[in-house]
Amino acid sequence: MHHEMSRKLHWEDFQAGAVTVYGPRLVTREEIVAFATEFDPQPMHLDETAARATILGGLAASGWHSCCLLMRMIADGFVNKSHSLGAPGVDEVRWLKPLRPNTRVRVRATVLETRASKSRPDFGFVKCLFEMLDEQGAVLTTLTSPLMVARRAAGARQ
Amino acid sequence: MKYFEDIAVGARIAVGSHTFKADEIKAFAVRFDPQPFHMDESAAENSHFGALCASGWHSAVVWMRLMVDYRRRMMEAARARGEPVAAMGPALSVRELKWLKPVYVDDTIDYASEVIEARVSKSRPGVGLLSIYSTGVNQRGETVLSFISTTFVERRPVTS
Repeated sequence: MHHEMSRKLHWEDFQAGAVTVYGPRLVTREEIVAFATEFDPQPMHLDETAARATILGGLAASGWHSCCLLMRMIADGFVNKSHSLGAPGVDEVRWLKPLRPNTRVRVRATVLETRASKSRPDFGFVKCLFEMLDEQGAVLTTLTSPLMVARRAAGARQ
Repeated sequence: MKYFEDIAVGARIAVGSHTFKADEIKAFAVRFDPQPFHMDESAAENSHFGALCASGWHSAVVWMRLMVDYRRRMMEAARARGEPVAAMGPALSVRELKWLKPVYVDDTIDYASEVIEARVSKSRPGVGLLSIYSTGVNQRGETVLSFISTTFVERRPVTS
């Protein structure tokens, strides 16, 4: 158990400029409609005919669904392989293009900066840009968030 | 439902409230945010949160659901009065999303939203853009989340 824990990433293991891609994950019509039915039941996320009359021009996932899928992909990708303490928030989410049914998405994670916490010696921030991409590499959603990750040695600058 | 021209900056609405049960906190986390402190009581007790708490995304999407329900009630009331109904959504962006306090099991979060900016879209003359500041406050009066979303709303059609 101790060895398992010690293999997890600490704040010191994240380097500004590092880029990693996670996925792919197929997003089906069924899961788009299921998420929308539960959390965002607007016509543009539920019904193809109704969606055609909206700005989206056809059925597309709720933007919140994209955020939740992105969260799941980075949780599996690296958050649960790190000493993660969650995140205090999200600087910005931009929904640039609709996420259509049967798109195979990937998430590109770029470490923008790492900084120690001023008030807490036991963790640091890893600010990341996450981009959700479709098969062609078009950016559908961007999300910038400072993740909190425990430090290997409290207060020590490695 | 009001058109862009009918919406005043500063208008504030009570969106609704929701009590977060342990089962739904865990079910959401298993699907979308499988970190131990959102899925397992004993792991959460040993974490910095001290007890099982909801994913921040969960507390945000519950706002969306309550907002959609609120809009639907307003649209039905407008239709009943024989008034036209303006299209709203989707959102373009969210910024300054802050998870200020954990949402623990059985916490009741009261959501409110306020229009803080209204402007006409440069790229789409038929629509306006609203910036909306939303908050969630728990039963102890603590603000647990806040964010600013920017969303499309239809402008009043020009009649000749």
